[in-house]
Amino acid sequence: MSVKHHISDDFLIDYASGSLSEGWSLAVASHLALCPECRRRLSAMEGAAGALLDKAGDSLNEDEAWARFKSRAIDVRVDEVKTAIAAPGSTAVLPEPLRSYLGGDLADLKWRALGRGAYQILIDTKDTETQVRLLRIPAGKPVPEHTHVGRELTLVLAGSFRDGDDLFARGDIEEADGDLLHTPTATEGEDCICLAVTEAPLKFSSWIVRMMQPILKI
Amino acid sequence: MNKKNSDGLTADDLAKSEMVRLLSIVGRERNTDAFEAVFRFYAPRIRNFMAVKTRDRQAAEELMQETMTAVWNKAGQFDPARGNVSAWIYTIARNVRIDAYRRKRPEFDVNDPAFVADDVVPADQEFQQLQEAQLLRGAMATLPEEQLDVLRRAFFDEASHSTIARDLGVPLGTVKSRIRLAFEKLRSSLEGRL
Repeated sequence: MSVKHHISDDFLIDYASGSLSEGWSLAVASHLALCPECRRRLSAMEGAAGALLDKAGDSLNEDEAWARFKSRAIDVRVDEVKTAIAAPGSTAVLPEPLRSYLGGDLADLKWRALGRGAYQILIDTKDTETQVRLLRIPAGKPVPEHTHVGRELTLVLAGSFRDGDDLFARGDIEEADGDLLHTPTATEGEDCICLAVTEAPLKFSSWIVRMMQPILKI
Repeated sequence: MNKKNSDGLTADDLAKSEMVRLLSIVGRERNTDAFEAVFRFYAPRIRNFMAVKTRDRQAAEELMQETMTAVWNKAGQFDPARGNVSAWIYTIARNVRIDAYRRKRPEFDVNDPAFVADDVVPADQEFQQLQEAQLLRGAMATLPEEQLDVLRRAFFDEASHSTIARDLGVPLGTVKSRIRLAFEKLRSSLEGRL
């Protein structure tokens, strides 16, 4: 079944340029692994960047730079082509790069209960901008604790969920804004496993807000 | 400049198919003469690309040398059927820059068993890729300067959309719509081929 909900140009161009932070990039790259159409869009963007590169300068006298290159680089090494081709018949549910971040496929995971039948695994990244987690939502139940500020990406890996009139199944990615009120609910029949990336909560400021709430009565 | 010959190819297009040929020779034979031509064309361009962010001539020179070293080392992995040379070299320069700033950009793996391969396999991929690169360059030439400017800022400065909006003094929505319009045009020009 082919993917119906794709990553937006906004996210994809930042992934193509390398400016997208690690947490968002993990969701985008895992979506790309499952979506040939978006990989073609990515190639078109990289092609556009290549065309801009062509126009980014005129040919100069490069004798000196070439001499430096030859003197130090040309005998260094040849990168081996990585031929880590999967053993025939091997399968995986979670695509790369996500699987490596989790250290294994679905069967190997250690879930933590979130309450009401839902589970999560927090995924560690080097970036402080995002919070990344794998969620398992019981069939027929809404996604728990669903308040977030700012942007959110949700990539479905198993099962499916509904949000309003839209159905999101394996490979589909949903992009939401903080101001969008939505209540994604796992479809009956199968638990839904998805990767959720949100803007990291600003812990300090939310602590202040919590302290101030009774005083300000907000 | 850009005069079309009888096959409808411009001088630029011919130079590009020549680059594919040269890089393939480097990949197969480690041929220094072939690489010199690639180096002399891309070195000033990559140096300028790097200088946009580092704003330091010497650092840009180092990152260019590092990029060209990676191009030399990886030339055997360049698949003429999978991309044009400029796009491929751009991705290498981008990755060198990401490493230089100690950031991480997770990538998919085409050999992963969960990877969903593209079932559209064209008969003559190499020819098609050249044609696509040609269509893309043609379409880029028709984009208005304000759209090209936004793309350049995104790809070269790694500027966020809100930074671009601030620098240009336009609303964020304008930046997003310029990006969207540019890629709609590029995509429709590629689809026009089918």
